[in-house]
Amino acid sequence: MNKVGAVLVVGGGIGGMQAALDLADSGFLVYLLDRKPGIGGMMAQLDKTFPTNDCAM
Amino acid sequence: MNCDVESVTGGEGDFTVRIRKRPRYIDPAKCTGCAVCFTHCPIETPDAYNLGMDVVPAVSINYQQQVPRIFTIDRDICLGCGLCFEVCEARAVDYLQKEESEDIKVGSIIISAGSELFASDTKSEFGHGRFKNVLSCLEFERMLSASGPYRGLVLRPSDGREPRKLAFIQCVGSRDARAGKDYCSAACCMYAVKEAVIAKEHLHDLQPTIFFMDMRSFGKDFDKYVDRAKEGGVRFVRSRVSNVEENLHTNTLIIKYETEDGAFHTEEFDMVVLSAGLSAPQTAEELSKIFGIELTEFKFAKTKELEPLVTTHPGIYAIGTFQGPKDIPETVTQSSAAASLSSAALAEARGTLITKPVPVEPIDTRGQAPRIGVFICHCGINIAGYVDVAQVEEYVKSLPDVVYTERNLFTCSQDTQEKMKQVIKEKGLNRVVVASCTPRTHEPLFQETCEGAGLNSYLFEMANIRDQCSWVHMTQRKEATEKAKSLVRMAVNKARRLQPLERLRFPVTKKALVIGGGLAGMTAAIGTANQGFDVCLVEREKELGGHLRHIHFTLSGENPQEFLKNLQYQVTQNEKITTLLSSRVKKIDGFVGNYKTTIETPKGDVEFDHGVIIVATGAKEYKPTEYLYGKDPRVLTQSELEQKLANSEKDVTNANTFVMIQCVGSRNDEHPYCCRFCCTQAVKNALEIIKRNPRANIYVLYRDIRTYGMRELAFREAREKGVIFLRYEQEEPPSLEGKNGKLFVSAKDPIIGEKLRIPADYVVLAAATVPYEDSAELARMLKVPLNEDGFYLEAHMKLRPVDFSTDGIFMAGLCHFPKFMEESVIQANAAVARACTILTLEEIEVPGTIAEVNRAKCSACGFCELVCPSAAVKVKEEVDRRGNILRYAEVTAALCKGCGSCAASCRSGAIDIKGFDNSQVMSLIEAF
Repeated sequence: MNKVGAVLVVGGGIGGMQAALDLADSGFLVYLLDRKPGIGGMMAQLDKTFPTNDCAM
Repeated sequence: MNCDVESVTGGEGDFTVRIRKRPRYIDPAKCTGCAVCFTHCPIETPDAYNLGMDVVPAVSINYQQQVPRIFTIDRDICLGCGLCFEVCEARAVDYLQKEESEDIKVGSIIISAGSELFASDTKSEFGHGRFKNVLSCLEFERMLSASGPYRGLVLRPSDGREPRKLAFIQCVGSRDARAGKDYCSAACCMYAVKEAVIAKEHLHDLQPTIFFMDMRSFGKDFDKYVDRAKEGGVRFVRSRVSNVEENLHTNTLIIKYETEDGAFHTEEFDMVVLSAGLSAPQTAEELSKIFGIELTEFKFAKTKELEPLVTTHPGIYAIGTFQGPKDIPETVTQSSAAASLSSAALAEARGTLITKPVPVEPIDTRGQAPRIGVFICHCGINIAGYVDVAQVEEYVKSLPDVVYTERNLFTCSQDTQEKMKQVIKEKGLNRVVVASCTPRTHEPLFQETCEGAGLNSYLFEMANIRDQCSWVHMTQRKEATEKAKSLVRMAVNKARRLQPLERLRFPVTKKALVIGGGLAGMTAAIGTANQGFDVCLVEREKELGGHLRHIHFTLSGENPQEFLKNLQYQVTQNEKITTLLSSRVKKIDGFVGNYKTTIETPKGDVEFDHGVIIVATGAKEYKPTEYLYGKDPRVLTQSELEQKLANSEKDVTNANTFVMIQCVGSRNDEHPYCCRFCCTQAVKNALEIIKRNPRANIYVLYRDIRTYGMRELAFREAREKGVIFLRYEQEEPPSLEGKNGKLFVSAKDPIIGEKLRIPADYVVLAAATVPYEDSAELARMLKVPLNEDGFYLEAHMKLRPVDFSTDGIFMAGLCHFPKFMEESVIQANAAVARACTILTLEEIEVPGTIAEVNRAKCSACGFCELVCPSAAVKVKEEVDRRGNILRYAEVTAALCKGCGSCAASCRSGAIDIKGFDNSQVMSLIEAF
């Protein structure tokens, strides 16, 4: 069976984005899919994250 | 984007996925994100992103920074008036856009579909949706956001006044069997404390109170954060609030609560925030059907405890809150882990589908006079709302050497990048200045754009007229505009002095060194080998296994010892893994991609060349000095108890009364942190005792019960089976006395208010997990930092949880912080994924902005070596052919981060940072 060098990531929140980046950085084609018109997920709605008080965006 | 998965066929290694692309009614190729349509649309609808606290037109973008910045029309509310079509200068609106389907072929699938916040309005007793001043945690986040509907002002929705007293109610929709959410959502304790702290930053006189049952601050530095919050004025009340009432005239909220001593209190609050739990998304059932994966009883993706992230459908992985409630660091670790797990099976197909960018012919700028192009950004309204950008542009035109200026709505948008490349070529620019936001986030983007036009990326300079100007001078337009002019003038002056810089390239040794052969080490070794790389695994004991050798049971009934044997077999059988037992790392030289390590083995020293290092050295169990441990054989640690239960020792299985004492040696001054797994371990062992002897009396004396996530169900089971949980305060710990050959534990029952004296057959201590003393030695060898508690310090707690700041070194397992077996497995796989981003490179590139030594000026004083945090500069000694001893500082380019500490410390002016040298930095000050 021919292995396909691509991975589908369903969900473009912080989880999907990190997985997509690591996969792409190691040589795989990534399809990053989200049902919303943009990525970011729930984390994009948060104000600041602890402990560094970085803005969630 | 705007897509759903319709169907999945095929199997692991070769899936065909049908994607349904829903129409935006806007052409993504044409849309520039200018927002003109947004400002003209006549319709208003509640903004889902702001949870209905604001309105948004029919054509919109979720939030200003959305990627991709392409607008979408919500057909359900669009009138079809045609206004957006008329005003769009890019002609991007297309009402006739249709839904499309596309089939894609992939080898693996990772599902990160997220979760939904529990609908706290379904618990009507809290008044969410009825009482104006009761908000959910996410609504409160939107209120706190500077870009949110309240612009970051904390105000009561009912009357717009500043609240004084704010209450947080924990566990809304968690630890709640009646609501069908028996589990703990794992993140709410911490996010509530965070919201309380941030709210107090916004409003100094605010008095936040958090009503909780157990404070589940079990993560790295979490307890410290909570303690700081307490010191900062956040009040914690241990009580489960059952309902909230409202004063109809003032819209103030009334909470009646009972404290542990049985007293009832009534208190008024101006606002209440409900810490809602994390529930599986409503689409979970649908996703389960489409992907053919099973769900748990709570509709999260079902995965196995010791094979985490793997769903019931081979080739499909589930991560993040879709897999179960968790916080951001756990999710990020799981994401990286899934990247390596999902790609292991596809390792042979690596690189087959990616396209390499075509290198651009570089422009030779030598000998040219500076020709500076300045791009000034409006940043939507972020800059233009507070600075007169047109005036700034007029001024900049007058500066010498500036041959081109341009204003952009969003200089960072994709179409502007294309335009910039064209302009660079057409106008023959050899310096580019962008006046916009922060180089921290955007410098790499613009540098890439310059490279794309053939211009050396170091001929680029940024002026931050957003964070350093418009954002901090919002009420002083005239002054802000003058300051923006100054900032651009400074950047232009420096740009004149910029020189093209080389990025050095080094080859990468495609091998990995894994230090430590416990659960994390073995998992990392296997993972890296599965990706196709050779591994050397070094373990100082004579067998593999580490702490895993002492674990015999799990809550889900899996067999850790079988699992251990399986791992040991996999490691020893794998041709790509060289295992060195009874061995220690002696010396490590080199830098990322090019390490040379000497390992001391029983057969002599072994040299190993490798590109990356994964540190998995574990941690040890604290040997208690408290509670007669070591003096009385009936006082055990939890691991010792577990061993005896596994051996079916009659003394233990026949014993009548067990008293378990939690937090022994932890959450104190010596080890001010939580050891994360001990509460669950106590519950697990209690249940194991009951299996063997249903009539055993078990008391668990605790400070907080931290059985987070699904482990909460085991806590409930233990209580149902008669285990008695008694809380104690840090200031009043239980005491143990041996009298007449018997053991008696004295502890105060907080509910009765009386001291109990429990005769115990066995006293079981939850001994802390502490770092090995020699982790400091390894840290020195690796040149990596430890945190205050002696555990390895990661690059960023949330976003880079397995990376060290030093490139090429990663960590996993207990050496990072105490954690569960499944968490070690996940972290180890994450370290593999991160390591592979280096191992898969052909060459490693070092930025050009690094230190450089002028040997003629160097006095070899060694100060630079002393202050360098990356150990990148060392004083070298050599003898020339005349026998003279020459001493000078030398920089190892690959290690240098360009921080400038050396340049600041050098008394001779011999060392300087390329791209930020003295004359360049002085030019900024001269121009100011």
